Amino acid sequence: MNHVIVGAGPAGVIASETLASMGHGGHITVLSDEPEPPYSRMAIPYLLAEDIDEEGTCLRHSDGHYEGLGIAVKHDTVRAIDAAARSLSLASGGSLAFDRLLLATGASPIRPPIPGMDLEKVMSCWTLADARRIMEHTRPGDDVVLMGAGFIGCIILEALVARQVNLTVIEMADRMVARMMDRTGGDMIAAWCREKGVDVHVSTRVNGVSRNSDGSLALDLEGKAPLNADLVVCATGVASNTGFLEGSGIETDIGVVVDEHLETSVPGIYAAGDVAAGFDFMTGGHDVHAIQPTASEHGRIAAMNMAGNRTAYRGSLVMNTLNTLGLISTSYGLWDGVEGGDVATAVDARAYRYLRLNFRDDVLVGCLALGLTQHVGVLRGLIQTKTPLGKWKDVLMADPHQIMSAYLATAQDASRRAA
Amino acid sequence: MVDGCEGDRRSPRFCHIGCGEGTAEERCWGMQKSLLIDPDKCTSCLQCEMACSFEHEGSFNPARSRIKIFEFEHGKRAVPYTCTQCAEAWCVHACPVEALVRNPATGAVEVKDDVCVGCKVCTIACPFGTVNYNPDTGKVIKCDLCHGDPKCAEACPTDAIVYVDSSWTGLDRMRRWAGHVDTNQSAKA
Repeated sequence: MNHVIVGAGPAGVIASETLASMGHGGHITVLSDEPEPPYSRMAIPYLLAEDIDEEGTCLRHSDGHYEGLGIAVKHDTVRAIDAAARSLSLASGGSLAFDRLLLATGASPIRPPIPGMDLEKVMSCWTLADARRIMEHTRPGDDVVLMGAGFIGCIILEALVARQVNLTVIEMADRMVARMMDRTGGDMIAAWCREKGVDVHVSTRVNGVSRNSDGSLALDLEGKAPLNADLVVCATGVASNTGFLEGSGIETDIGVVVDEHLETSVPGIYAAGDVAAGFDFMTGGHDVHAIQPTASEHGRIAAMNMAGNRTAYRGSLVMNTLNTLGLISTSYGLWDGVEGGDVATAVDARAYRYLRLNFRDDVLVGCLALGLTQHVGVLRGLIQTKTPLGKWKDVLMADPHQIMSAYLATAQDASRRAA
Repeated sequence: MVDGCEGDRRSPRFCHIGCGEGTAEERCWGMQKSLLIDPDKCTSCLQCEMACSFEHEGSFNPARSRIKIFEFEHGKRAVPYTCTQCAEAWCVHACPVEALVRNPATGAVEVKDDVCVGCKVCTIACPFGTVNYNPDTGKVIKCDLCHGDPKCAEACPTDAIVYVDSSWTGLDRMRRWAGHVDTNQSAKA
């Protein structure tokens, strides 16, 4: 049995390790289209900040880890899939046969359709190669513009500040991290950044970037004075890597559509991680979460199914946590609430603390937190177990900070009932 | 197969009850010792938090203790709360850089400080909320069973926290208690 995994990010690597641990008795091949050993994109900001070296970005650290598990990591790019012939055609020439295939090709950064995005000093921050280029082109005091203050943009923001550049952030949406924070939280993060010396412009559109005669860049901003920069870092979103699947018969929409077994529309071909539009635990619909916990869970469950251990996945809970210059923010599930549901909030803008809990009846379905670092995970516990909070819901409506008491009390009650 | 073990219908690594089944690396609690916590015996004296923080931080700083006493119902109930070193190990699977590693000798999941980048994904992935971010160091902290000599159990004057062989039957109740948050992602189709 040939198990082939396309992609060497967390989903691919965890899938290969799961297959190895299940004693499937076949070959496991992981294909990476980058030259480095499998690494974590999530670690790149810490490399930029010079907290770690490149070795520190590795997904696994022990020598001979993959070989020891019987996993062959090969560096090649898949050009196309022949699903009927069970074969991949490779960029290096030749083909690779598979019995079971996992698509774990992740996502790639996308840039807005405006002039100047192809200029040399407009850079994405996604791969190790990108990180090396940014490190090479940033010196303390340089004027750097960060386009995009979404989740990835905000992580890069932190790293660029650590590189002591003079940073300006331009975000098209009306707030920072619009996909994980409501207006209250997004505004607090922006205020925090400004307090720390970062120039943040929200609701601001870049019409184009051009090159000045001295080699620097000029950003044309809609309705605002133009901005000069030594470097533009573009973090304007990512899209699933599905292009190579065209004509393969594998169904895609925003990502590769998978069922509860992480299997695609073609039997024996699975997808996991940022490329997979899998089930969302809260909405029941398909979505690409592009987060580490989802990639990890996808990788494990897909591998179990590939090995013949039919296992259904209940869907992933979207969750994010971010450190923006020391301000920790977190979001879970339906953080913007549900129709007809109750919302409890506690805001202390001066202390940069915010907690918002969203309920459906007496069940927590989503939340937002700023400045919360202790026992944050119980929020996941309550959401994912759909624990009826009963009288504790009233307590939380009055004071959302009682979340730990509510968690412990409901857990104890549940255990007493089970005993 | 031990009654209740989920390893028979899924991979042994997903077993929640610590039956000792499974491969050597992924063996659950069966062969090891665990912290047994009895909230009914807790007087909220905070000796455990003091001992824990002194062991790990070198100072008496309950805010950095890996075990926490929670009081509620106006002090009528006190609950010592820490990581159960669960077999599912959500934190381990969520870590992007392999900074969380299970110590095969104790069964505890330990944080490798030199590898942790401080991304905090484990703190949101753990459904028990027992991995915390330490802003002072930029790393996460969690209970490591003090490498097999847990200072909280040693410090507890009322035996609300004891370190016992994992086959001890009283653990079942506690596991049900903590394991209430059984957020297992998957079930047999």
